[in-house]
Amino acid sequence: MTIKAGKERSRLDPEPMPRRDFLGLSALFAFAGSMLFAVTGMLRLPKAAVLSSPSKKFSVTLPDSLATGEPFVPPGRSVALFRDAEGAYAISTTCTHLGCVVKASAGEFECPCHGSRFSADGSVTKGPAPQALPWLKVTASGAGLIVDEGTTVPAGSKVTV
Amino acid sequence: MSTAGSPNSAMRGFLDNLRAAPRRILDSAMRGGAPKTDRTRSTFVFGNVFLHLHSVRTHRWSLRWSTTMGLGIASTAGFLITLVTGLLLMFYYKPYPDAAYDSIKDIHFVVPTGRFIRNIHRWAANVMVIAVLLHMARAFYTAAYRKPREFNWLVGWGLLVTTLGLSFTGYLLPWDQLAYWAITIGANIAQSPREVTDALGVTQSFDPGGLQRLLLLGSDTVGEEALIRFYLLHVMILPLALVLLMAVHFWRIRKDGGIARPSDAEKRLGPSAGDTYPVFTEAPAKTYQLAAIVRGKTSAVGSGPENTVPSMPHLFYAELAVLMITVFVCVALALVSDAPLKELANPAVPENPAKAPWYFLGLQEMVSFSAFMGGMGIPTIVLIGLGLIPFLDREESGTGEWFGGAGGWPLVRTSILVGFVAALGVETFAIRFGWIREWLPSVPQLVITLINPGTVLTLIYAAYSIWLLRRHNSTRAAALGLFTCFLCGFVLLTIIGSYFRGPNWTFFWSPTDWARH
Repeated sequence: MTIKAGKERSRLDPEPMPRRDFLGLSALFAFAGSMLFAVTGMLRLPKAAVLSSPSKKFSVTLPDSLATGEPFVPPGRSVALFRDAEGAYAISTTCTHLGCVVKASAGEFECPCHGSRFSADGSVTKGPAPQALPWLKVTASGAGLIVDEGTTVPAGSKVTV
Repeated sequence: MSTAGSPNSAMRGFLDNLRAAPRRILDSAMRGGAPKTDRTRSTFVFGNVFLHLHSVRTHRWSLRWSTTMGLGIASTAGFLITLVTGLLLMFYYKPYPDAAYDSIKDIHFVVPTGRFIRNIHRWAANVMVIAVLLHMARAFYTAAYRKPREFNWLVGWGLLVTTLGLSFTGYLLPWDQLAYWAITIGANIAQSPREVTDALGVTQSFDPGGLQRLLLLGSDTVGEEALIRFYLLHVMILPLALVLLMAVHFWRIRKDGGIARPSDAEKRLGPSAGDTYPVFTEAPAKTYQLAAIVRGKTSAVGSGPENTVPSMPHLFYAELAVLMITVFVCVALALVSDAPLKELANPAVPENPAKAPWYFLGLQEMVSFSAFMGGMGIPTIVLIGLGLIPFLDREESGTGEWFGGAGGWPLVRTSILVGFVAALGVETFAIRFGWIREWLPSVPQLVITLINPGTVLTLIYAAYSIWLLRRHNSTRAAALGLFTCFLCGFVLLTIIGSYFRGPNWTFFWSPTDWARH
């Protein structure tokens, strides 16, 4: 195999890109590429695959004395439970504006942080909240209820107990 | 026998060396000898890795009090104080929920000088934020951001953002009610792009807000993951970023030719004092090299750097004075006012009212109408606008002068009025009559996101600025008006958020009217 000698080049007529520059640039691109790869990998780290949050399901038994339209807030949960003739239902008490816990009272929810107000079914009546308070999934379980804070259901969904 | 005298003389030499050791250690530390004359002091500044961030000689204009008011050094001093006190607090602080609260309580009540150090840390952080904001205003009003200092304005922009980030991350660490709910609100502001994606119905596939919140908190609630992230940002990532940016900032001041000054600064300063030792006693031979290093319009060939004085001691005394005043202010405030520590964080009961640090209360006021626009949209627009100033205003008149450029002080005075009146008007209207949701409860959220007191105010300011641009036929005039307006709006909203908002974010004329519960 013979290599044909190319045209003799001089200083006045240099190669379009000297081999040295080409190799240097390749090395530089290889470096940049591997750094990009490494940094992307590192940026992947802060987003955990499994979140260390407690279970969102809990069971609760409504007190017999609970009147229609009165909220029952289980201790330590941001959920208000109600019972009327049609059944029991749960409305989240986490404000849709900036995540404060709204105060549930008969017929109204009121947020202490920026003054949003919600009617008895959770829809916004005043203030900056962009959305209604979501209704949460409730299932009957024996004498009690199981509330799933992670699953929302359409407003008006009630479960008979 | 001939060596009888040698051990003695070696011994004597050894003792002499031992006696001279302290002096020689000192000498060896200073490459050019002790800084005793102007010449050796110059060599000292030039040859010292810390001091050489300063140039050897400083222009007399830079040393005038009214040029900088020492605000940059005050910011740096604030950082140094928080650095030292922060390191001390780290001896006891434990970044884990509940343990964090207990350790702060220990620092406050048990650790010797703990409360004092924590107070200084907190006050120095506040002083630093104020100094950084005023420093930015100084650089803006003296048009110091102009060529060749555009890049340094951008670095300063980065320093402002980092400083605010440091304050915000420090706010969670005590893990009390105040901290917990301020950070819950802050994290949900990070999530607020959902206000728009929800309204458009694309959150399922495109959710930048949720991702931001998740990265900030490391979980879907403010808990141990959030605390360790905020701690890491507060004590490591952000301070490192700040130091890095500060190094570039200081270096560029020097390389960009020192503090900005008017072109006729020499004439205005008049002749230098009679006892000033001339820099060159004969015609300089090598000034071309200096001209190559320092960017500027005229190369100082054939003349020495007249109207400059040696940085050591003139500039260093000024800097030390500002440092001492800053320390004094922080210590005095720390003695009269304790850093707050409320009850242990309780995720079930929000603090009412839950207020962020004071410099975010203007944002919180806007957030109380639209979370996305007030918390992210408008701040982003303002930050982008700030960064672009030096690239949009390419004029030259008035550089280095207070309120320099088209319009000058009269324009700024009118703008202060416009800024306050517009903000006061919009707020009065919103507080008196409420906003769209109260009149039309079923209005789509996007309408409120687009039309709320924050955006209305921004539009009024923008319209005023465009009017100035056309009237004065000058970008600088428009910039002066807009910057002043936003500054006034920021001040007014901050005051309203701090003093006139009580429980449920209701308007109160005085905190004494707040309903007790």
